[in-house]
Amino acid sequence: MDLSTQYLGFDLPHPFMPGASPMVDEIDTVRRLEDAGASAIVLHSLFEEQLAGEQLANLTAVEDPADSFAEALSYFPEPDGYRLGPDDYLEQIRRIRETVGVPVIASLNGTTLGGWLEYAKLMEQAGAHALELNIYQLATDPDESGDEIELTTVEMVQEVTRSISIPVAVKLSPYYTGLAHFARRLERAGAAGLILFNRFYQADIDVEELEVQRSLHLSDSSELLLRLRWLAILSGRVQTSLAVTGGVHTSLDAVKAIMTGADAVQMVSALLRDGPDMLRRIREEVAFWLEEHEYDSLAQMKGSMNLSRTPNPKAYERANYIQILQGWER
Amino acid sequence: MPKRTKMVDGNEAAASVAYRTNEVIAIYPITPSSAMGELSDAWAAKGLPNLWGEVPEVVEMQSEGGASGAVHGSLQAGALTTTFTASQGLLLMIPNMYKIAGELTSFCMHVAARTVATHALSIFADHSDVMATRQTGFALLASNSVQEAHDLALIGQAATLEARVPFLHFFDGFRTSHEVNLIEQIDDETLRAMIDQERVEEHRQRALTPDRPVVRGTAQNPDTFFQAREACNLFYQRCPEVVRQAMDRFAALTGRRYQLFDYVGHPEAERVVMVMGSGAETAERTVAWLVERGEKVGVLKVHLFRPFSVPDFLAAVPETVRSLAVLDRTKEPGAVGEPMYLDVVAALRQGAVAGEAPWAREVGVIGGRYGLSSKEFGPPEVRAVFDELSKESPRDGFTVGIMDDVTHLSLPVDASFDLEPDDEVRALFFGLGADGTVSANKNSIKILGETTDNFAQGYFVYDSKKSGAVTVSHLRFGPRPVRAPWLIAKAGFVACHQWQFMDRFDMLAPAAPGAVFLVNAPYGPDELWDRLPREVQEQILEKELKVYVIDAYGVARDVGLGARINTIMQTCFFAISGVLSEDEAIRRIKEAIQKSYGRLGPVVVKQNFAAVDQAISNLHRVVVPEEVTSQRRRPPIVSEEAPDFVQKVSALMMANKGDLLPVSAFPVDGTWPVGTTRWEKRSIAQEIPLWDPAVCIQCNQCALVCPHAAIRSKVYEPGLLDEAPEGFLGVDYRAKDFRGLKFTIQVAPDDCTGCHLCVEVCPAKDKGNPRHKAINMEDKSPVLERERAGYEFFLDLPEADRDRIGRIDAKGSQFLEPLFEYSGACAGCGETPYIKLLSQLFGDRSLIANATGCSSIYGGNLPTTPYTTNRDGRGPAWSNSLFEDNAEFGLGFRLAIDSHRRQAESLVKKLAPELGDALVEGILGAGRQTEEAEILAQRERVAALRRRLAVLDTAEASQLDVLADYLVRKSVWLMGGDGWAYDIGYGGLDHVLALGRDVNVLVLDTEVYSNTGGQMSKATPLGASAKFATAGKEIPKKDLGLEIMSYGHVYVARIAFGANMNQTVNAFKEADAYPGPSLIIAYSHCIAHGYDMRHGARQQDLAVKSGVWPLYRYDPRRGGAGEPPLKLDSGAPRTGVKEYMRNEARFRIVEKMDPKRFKSFVMESQKQAEQRHGVYQQLAGITIPQPVIADDDEGDTAQ
Repeated sequence: MDLSTQYLGFDLPHPFMPGASPMVDEIDTVRRLEDAGASAIVLHSLFEEQLAGEQLANLTAVEDPADSFAEALSYFPEPDGYRLGPDDYLEQIRRIRETVGVPVIASLNGTTLGGWLEYAKLMEQAGAHALELNIYQLATDPDESGDEIELTTVEMVQEVTRSISIPVAVKLSPYYTGLAHFARRLERAGAAGLILFNRFYQADIDVEELEVQRSLHLSDSSELLLRLRWLAILSGRVQTSLAVTGGVHTSLDAVKAIMTGADAVQMVSALLRDGPDMLRRIREEVAFWLEEHEYDSLAQMKGSMNLSRTPNPKAYERANYIQILQGWER
Repeated sequence: MPKRTKMVDGNEAAASVAYRTNEVIAIYPITPSSAMGELSDAWAAKGLPNLWGEVPEVVEMQSEGGASGAVHGSLQAGALTTTFTASQGLLLMIPNMYKIAGELTSFCMHVAARTVATHALSIFADHSDVMATRQTGFALLASNSVQEAHDLALIGQAATLEARVPFLHFFDGFRTSHEVNLIEQIDDETLRAMIDQERVEEHRQRALTPDRPVVRGTAQNPDTFFQAREACNLFYQRCPEVVRQAMDRFAALTGRRYQLFDYVGHPEAERVVMVMGSGAETAERTVAWLVERGEKVGVLKVHLFRPFSVPDFLAAVPETVRSLAVLDRTKEPGAVGEPMYLDVVAALRQGAVAGEAPWAREVGVIGGRYGLSSKEFGPPEVRAVFDELSKESPRDGFTVGIMDDVTHLSLPVDASFDLEPDDEVRALFFGLGADGTVSANKNSIKILGETTDNFAQGYFVYDSKKSGAVTVSHLRFGPRPVRAPWLIAKAGFVACHQWQFMDRFDMLAPAAPGAVFLVNAPYGPDELWDRLPREVQEQILEKELKVYVIDAYGVARDVGLGARINTIMQTCFFAISGVLSEDEAIRRIKEAIQKSYGRLGPVVVKQNFAAVDQAISNLHRVVVPEEVTSQRRRPPIVSEEAPDFVQKVSALMMANKGDLLPVSAFPVDGTWPVGTTRWEKRSIAQEIPLWDPAVCIQCNQCALVCPHAAIRSKVYEPGLLDEAPEGFLGVDYRAKDFRGLKFTIQVAPDDCTGCHLCVEVCPAKDKGNPRHKAINMEDKSPVLERERAGYEFFLDLPEADRDRIGRIDAKGSQFLEPLFEYSGACAGCGETPYIKLLSQLFGDRSLIANATGCSSIYGGNLPTTPYTTNRDGRGPAWSNSLFEDNAEFGLGFRLAIDSHRRQAESLVKKLAPELGDALVEGILGAGRQTEEAEILAQRERVAALRRRLAVLDTAEASQLDVLADYLVRKSVWLMGGDGWAYDIGYGGLDHVLALGRDVNVLVLDTEVYSNTGGQMSKATPLGASAKFATAGKEIPKKDLGLEIMSYGHVYVARIAFGANMNQTVNAFKEADAYPGPSLIIAYSHCIAHGYDMRHGARQQDLAVKSGVWPLYRYDPRRGGAGEPPLKLDSGAPRTGVKEYMRNEARFRIVEKMDPKRFKSFVMESQKQAEQRHGVYQQLAGITIPQPVIADDDEGDTAQ
């Protein structure tokens, strides 16, 4: 069965790949992922806060006490190799490039225009084939309008795509007022792909210490539904690649995602839970499913259930909600 | 060939040659020479080779004594070896220097000459250290400038190989070692041409080797020693000639010509000044100016001081000279004159007697002292000396540069004398250490000196504080080499980088007429004028200054740089000065930013770029009105309530005017009044902690952790609140011991440094709004007046009765008055909370011996000192002897006290009939006096004793009266950092502890040499990067506690207040109470760890939780009672070591350089943490067997 797909301009043998996660920090795991047939390797995100915060913290910690006191004009050695920036991330790109033959996709996570975007260039130089720009943003500022938020993101995409020549995919959250319109804007800004959607770590609360605790919950298939709807809405309406991430745990999940228009299927929780080999299983099962249902190829299925092709498009829209509620009442 | 020029300081200039021409470098850090060793270490870490293609071996030793021993050995084994040192360090090398010279060893060391501590320590320059080595047999070679420090380093190295006499090459500390100037660099080719390979091989041939063994280091006897000692004479006779030849060879290679004695001036000079070091440059400039104006004057610049070549000296002095002033930068009390003066007198006499220089008979010679501890020596001082030489009978034994109104030795100086050229730019910048002013200025002169046709010079003056430190940068640049080793007295550009300085310093006194005044202020160009104090407005109008303003903090905030305004102010300087076109300047600054901050990452670089761009658009010229409008004068430096001495002496020092104080203003023996920091209100915090009693749980942790005693708690009678100023808060105290009283936590708003430690440790949260704690940082200015009044009122409230405090724990201890307050320690310092606690617990009866280091600097650096007294006038008696001898010094306190106590007890016994049995028994039976009540009772008995003694008119009674206070137990504390306890002072510490006397040792363990700038010590933990352990220390921290526990009789505790405050307090109490030696090792977070100090307590907690820093108390008394003497106060490692390590730049640097290495350090540290816990846990289960040993004698008797 021909499972081939095009994603971000790359001809891939199939759409299944690991999503951005720390899984690939170990070269061993990277090898296992490739062995399991990953069609691309996505690195974990380098966070803006981590980049800016760490650099500024280092500036304060190392430079503030310097040149202040006659006896101690500095407090730290300054060897040549002393780079407090995230060189290890760039090094990891290089190492993964050397290890695997599939496209290597780096990931940069942030929300503002700033020096951290410089890393896009460094990631390209380190050998990344493509870049995910992960817009991980909660709109908490009451003075910032939806349009301003979108504009900042569009400018970020413009700045990054201007500075590098590798394709850039934008990973979004579902929390936009006019996501379809916004997707178009991103496309015009130069995005080669859209990834739906990133998952926010949910904060928990320590009721004794009155502190917020960060916790990690793995996804499950129920999270896929939101993604399916938006894939269906965007598929065919934007010319960028589309990828799904969050909620693909079974081959049927994958089939649904492809039917709604996904060019690439990224998985994290499933791989964390069941190991890299899950990639192979899903691929084989999807191939089997296609054969069983007498598809010619995966391409034939792709987008078949999107908004423009599905027999009942209203189901993705407002009517969907009404019908379900009414159906429940009955 | 184009000349290779570079902006470097004197240390780098000398080290660059020393490094390339040697194979082994053994050093120990000491200001101001540390940078030479550090640079060598950095170069070695980068793999830079020496002339022979090898990377020199750079070793940090445990002391200068150790370094000189290693040097001696390495030389004996045939390696080309060098070292760098200064001051006390050089003194510690003297024993080996005798040996090295006696064995005619080729060796050139490099010294940044620094004052030797006498009545006080000083880190600044004079020649007292170098002069103390005159007798060792070393050749003494002086450099007078940064270029010379480079050149003569090579001449010294070349000459020693030829002469076999060892060389001490020196230059003035700070003035030359830290001055940045443009030099022509010596390339390797020139080095090779100067270093005679044959002589190198001869040096190697003389090595001790079993392949052709000889013996050195024999002991000789009266029959031979004398003759053998004279056997070296020929080498010394030949040495000047060897140096001359080396200088000639050097001149041929580089075009830079030196003489043993360089004469400059009128060929028929009648008045000549002879001087050595940077002062010679100053004299030369002054002489040139005077000669141009027709005066017959000259200067003799000394390069080779030892061996003193009389013929060369006589040949250098013009025969026309009638009067000669010899200037010595040292003082030898009791001598006929200072050393160079005496040499000159003898040399002239020898010349005259031998008939070689008949004119010498006619020369009038006077000697004078100048420049001790970097006292300013500029053209006015040189001119004063020439003026003196013009007199009929010039004063011999004069001083110049100070006002001596006691022995009247000082020369009058016309300070207005100015010879600096008009085509040179001179700029002064007043900044804070933390705002980056100095680093920006270093950048600026590098840009000017290395990328334009300008010659440039930078010199930087720092104050004595570690928090809120003021820096003054002196920059010169112009079309000719800048040879001006003195401070700028008239500047065409003055920049005030900190608005608050406007009220503190007279920054415009050195502003030349028509100069530019650049101000960083939170005000726009229209508002600035009205905000200036009247004095400043007056000076601006009088001197017709051009005023510019920028809100640099606003710009820094906007671009995300926080409080770093350096690039912003630097850009303004270039924009206004016009030395480069705006585009060119911006391009150069950005290049420099990329170079300096590139290693920190592109975010920092980009933000600095943005700062540069924003600076230009935010810089505004201020339209200066025609008249003074301000009614506001500068506030007085100190409160009018301050004691007379503080008003007259300390206040001037605080205002940067200490130079104006005459000799009579000073104590004659270095004894100063205590408790003076309270008068120095620096008010450096932008935010201060405010107390919310509604949330407070009254735990006092905020007070305990405050490094500056700037947040305090008290309990007091409710009635006292009637007089409280508005806004003063007091609530009911909630525990039993003082029930019914009121309770207050109060901040000292002008003394707080804004470090946040108190807020971070505060455990109490508002249940409705957990972000709000019982202590919260808030903007200072709106509440300043209220809090000032509140703090004044608070201080006047009575102190709690010490014997009524229910339990002296973390909470109770904070009702004891701190007798260590408002020191100049860093904001958030991890050491001072321990010292403050010590002062609270025992301050009124303690003597503190303090090893040199951070704690001696913030403990005793003038103008003001933090140790203070309680209302009875009692408080810690504090002194600093040296770095290496502190344990012994403190033991001396104990010996004297015990001797006094024994004498007092004998006298009490003797006088018992007159004193009455009850009192005598009470006094002698008072025991250890470990509880407050016992101390109080004994003090009352002593008071009663004194009353009785007063009526006894006998010699013994008056003797006892003097000694009576020793009947109250004194607590002796030996305090210092890990550099002292683990390294340089370890031998002494070990011995003192072994003696079993009742002394308490507090080791403030920052795990690194903090005061001298982060060099590795034996306390540095595995995996931490430090100077001399750049790639991360491979050997674990020495377990000092475990070593000392092996004695069995020493109380040992390991503490960390951020992890367990009660354990900390208990350890102090037990150590004091223990009737033998005690050792407390205290985890002290430090800026040299590389993180925001507000998290210091949290990091301490992580250190303990991760097992890196186990807490314990080893009490030998428990052992005697059949219990395990070791009590482990912290549990098994609960969090990963990695979490702890990753929070600190010292570990992170390794991760960033080499993630694998970091990982292996983490794993090894983790393993060790667990092993350590395992071992301690086992030890904590061990009881000491108490066998009953039969008394053999008794047995014998029984038989």
